[in-house]
Order: sequence, then structure tokens, then C-alpha cells
Amino acid sequence: MKEYTSNKYNNSFVSVVSALVRGMGLTLRHFFKAGKRREATYVSDKDYFGQNQSQGLVTLTYPYESLPVPEVGRYRLHNEIDDCIVCDLCAKICPVNCIEIDAIKATEDIGLTSDGTKKRLYAATFNIDLAKCCYCGLCTTVCPTDCLTMTKVYDFPETDVKNMIYHFTDLSPEQAQEKREKLEKQQAELAEAKAAVLRAR
Amino acid sequence: MLAVILCIVFLLMVVVPVVYAERKIAAFMQDRLGPTEAGPYGILQPILDVIKLLEKEDIIPANADKKLFAYAPVVIFAAVLAGFAVIPISPNIISSGAYLGIFYLLAIISLDVIGLLMAGWGSNNKYAVLGAMRSVGQIVSYEIPAGLAVLCVVMICQSLDFQEISYQQGILMPQFAGLEKETNYLFGIKSLGLDVTQIGGITTWNIVRMPFLFVAFVIYFISSLAECNRAPFDIPEAESELVAGFHVEYSGFRFGALFLAEYSLMILVSLVAVILFWGSWNTPLPNIGAVALANWTTGSVGSWSGNMWGIFWLLSKTLLLCYTQIWIRWTYPRLRVDQLMHLCWKVFTPIMLGLVLLCGIWRLWMI
Repeated sequence: MKEYTSNKYNNSFVSVVSALVRGMGLTLRHFFKAGKRREATYVSDKDYFGQNQSQGLVTLTYPYESLPVPEVGRYRLHNEIDDCIVCDLCAKICPVNCIEIDAIKATEDIGLTSDGTKKRLYAATFNIDLAKCCYCGLCTTVCPTDCLTMTKVYDFPETDVKNMIYHFTDLSPEQAQEKREKLEKQQAELAEAKAAVLRAR
Repeated sequence: MLAVILCIVFLLMVVVPVVYAERKIAAFMQDRLGPTEAGPYGILQPILDVIKLLEKEDIIPANADKKLFAYAPVVIFAAVLAGFAVIPISPNIISSGAYLGIFYLLAIISLDVIGLLMAGWGSNNKYAVLGAMRSVGQIVSYEIPAGLAVLCVVMICQSLDFQEISYQQGILMPQFAGLEKETNYLFGIKSLGLDVTQIGGITTWNIVRMPFLFVAFVIYFISSLAECNRAPFDIPEAESELVAGFHVEYSGFRFGALFLAEYSLMILVSLVAVILFWGSWNTPLPNIGAVALANWTTGSVGSWSGNMWGIFWLLSKTLLLCYTQIWIRWTYPRLRVDQLMHLCWKVFTPIMLGLVLLCGIWRLWMI
């Protein structure tokens, strides 16, 4: 059988043995550098690609140490419900339909968001199923009040997939029911008033 | 009976750290961390592995040859364990001071091959049969250069007794019955006239008594890798093609026995290499004038210190060789079958035949 080898390592005894010795030397060098460890440095650190990081063990014992991610990391979604106007834009643009919103019209004045937009709706449900989420970030770009953002948290496994649904609403079911009844009452009163006006004609 | 139990305990005390070392050294050479979770630095990992193996179900495939399948691990482990019987541990600790120790060892280790064939054939699995056939072909072939390397030492030492060979390689030589009047000369050559009997240390090791034995040692060491089915000669187990070779169908305790036998064989061949070439339980430090390093690090025969020094030197040399085996495993890729046979029959066997002749001539200069 013809052996295909480069010129540097032909099949002569000396070149074979020197290649074997070089191989052994390589692994031994790595073995003796095993005292050094890669450090969990940030990507902007001067040493991130530096000499010290390319020597020694590269593994990080993950749950105990991990590479820092940027502050603007785009992982888990978070909704600041106080700033949310429940406009439903995020739910509409979501390509995987992981956002579920149920809005109730407010009967009274419920204040402004932090950027001065008037809030008119309560969110009876504002659920994001992060098991479905594909982390495209479209919902955060359409959000008019910038209340829906992506955070740097990426490690949030659950033993039950139901726990991957995050509830962002600040209303309890009883409160939501109360708001709903108030709205119905107001609607009924308005309808009554309208009917009265019509009757008066 | 007591000797067997002591032997198994001793074996476990060496094998368990070697299994741990294998994982850690492999990790360090590949820039990984290795086991870290079980105990500090993962030192409990091999013990937990053993417990896991004992807990597992003992599966015998429906179409396997039940008797062959069941007894193969016993045969393999018994063959390797029996080899330890003639290994001297210190100047006066040896399970069986057989006069034909080396002959017995080579014979009993060859029994391993039958166990491998039993396991491979009994499994009724094509990968197991392929692995077993490769394994047997490889072991039978490599026994020839390994046997010739041992023969070189036997010719130099004129003995088949491991303990006698051990005594010949140190300052305790005159205390062995039958060697009282012997003299060790530097490089074994009498006409040089340099008497090193009382200097001892490395100067009386076989590797120095006959410097060409270093070549024999290298060939013996490589052949022993092939006999242990270890990388780069692991084609019988070739994970990427044969899954696991002859023990692919084994699980639980039986797999544990095969695994233990594999690592025990690795230690056994290292022990034999140390005894035959690297001075057995003798200290490497020579007596230099008034600085009697060899005497200080040897102790006297039968004393507590003598035994402790003997065990210490033998084990440290053996573990160094085991480290080299592990080091080689994580450095070199696997050989092809044709390369393997080429190396054995066309390279090692002719070299060893030449060396046997050279050793015969050297022996003539020694007397």
C-alpha cells in the first residue's frame, strides 16, 4: 500500500520517531499547564483573547462560574407592567404566538406610563410562554412604550414546562373580575343613558 | 486464600487511583477539568463508577451462549490475577517465590486470550466476534517480541525467578541465597573492572548492566500496550467502528470484572517492565563514597523499613510507567490492522532476534 505523507514526515525512522516525540511533547506541555485556568473575563477585557487565556484548562465549571454576558444581552423577556399600555402589538407581531394578552378597558383614570403615555387598559392576563419564545426580539421593537425588553438572564430552566409561562399582570383574578364588572356596569349605565336620550326624543 | 484476598485488595488500591488518574490526565492533556463533582477534585468518581456498575442489571442476551458468556469474565480476570502471584513487592514480600516465575507469568497471561474468545463468541454479536478475533490476533502476535524482550533479560540474569532478578539489581544482592559470591560490574562488563556491587542504585539496574536492554524495554513496552489492548493498539475495542469490541454485550458486574481485568493487566505489565528492566524494588540512588544514599533508601531485608522502601520504589516506578501508558493513549491515534502487523512482524521481531543474539554475546563478557 502506498503511503501518502508530506515531505516533512516521510517514512524514514528518524522522521517517524521525531514526529512521535513531538506529539508526546505537545500533550505533556498541555498536562503541565493544567495548573492554569481560563478566567471568567468579560469580552471587552484585554485578556479575553490574550496569552493567559489560551493556556491551561479552558472549561468553566458552569453553574458555579460562567462567562459574563453583556448588560444588553437579549435573552429572557421582561415586561414592566406599570409602563405597559396593553396595546397588543407584541402579541400580534410574535411569529410563534407565545404572548397571550387579555385587556379590560379601564372605567376610571389609571394614570400615565413613565414616558407620559396615557394608560387606558388593564391587562387581566399578560402571559409569555418562554418555552415557545424564539428570542427574535420583534416584540421589543414594536413596543411603543419600551416596557417589553430582553434581559441578560439566560439560565432559567424549570422542571415543569408549565413554569416556563411567565405571568406579568399585576391584577389578581378577583381584581380582574371586579374591573370587568365595573366596566359592564359602566357600559350598562351608558347604554341606559343612551336609551333614555333616545326615549326623550 | 488470604493471599488472594490481599492481592485483590492491593489491586483495587492501585486500580482505583489509576482509573481516576486516567480520567484526570486525559482531561488535563485535552485542556479540560475532568471529574470535579464527586468529592474534592472528583476523587470519589472511580468508586462511584464501581458502585454504579454493581447496581446495574446483569443482562445476558437471549441468543448468547450462556455458559461461555457467563464464565468469560471469570477466566479473563482469573488469568490476570494469577499473574500477580509471582510478582515480588519488596525484598521479602512475594505471594509465591516460584523458581519459574517468568515462565509461569507468560503462560498464565496467555490464558487471557481464551477468555477474550469466549466472550466474543459467546456474545453472539458480530462486533464482539470481530473485536475478539482482532484482539486475539494482536495479543498472540505481540507476545513474540514481548517474549523475546523478556528472554533477553533472562539471558543476562540467568534466572527465571522474579525475586532473584530483583536481588541482582541492587545492593542487597549478596543476601540472596545463591548470589553471595556474585559481583556486579558497571555495564556488566568484567574487563572494565569497575565493581559496583556495593554502589548499587541505578548502576546495577538491568538497563545499565546491559545498556542495549533499553531497546528491549521500548519494544517490550510497546508490545505490552498491544497486549493490554490499549491505544494506539486498541483496534479490538475501536469505539468508532466496533462499539466496544469483545465486551459490547456485557453489563453490570461482569463488565466490571472485565474492566478491572483490563486495568489490572495494565498494571501487571508495568510491574513486569519495572522488575525486568528498571531495578524492581531497588532504589535508584547509588552509594557515593561516604554518602550511602542506596543504603539509606533501602533498609535491611525483612525489616519494616526495608519493606516500606521496597513497596515505595516499586510502586512509584510502576505508576510512572502507567502514567506513560495513559499519556500515550491520549496522544496517538489508532493504528490500522496492517500497520499493527507490520510493526510486530517486520520491525520488532527482527530487532528482538538481533538483540537476543547481542545479549548472548554480552553475557559472555559478564562472566
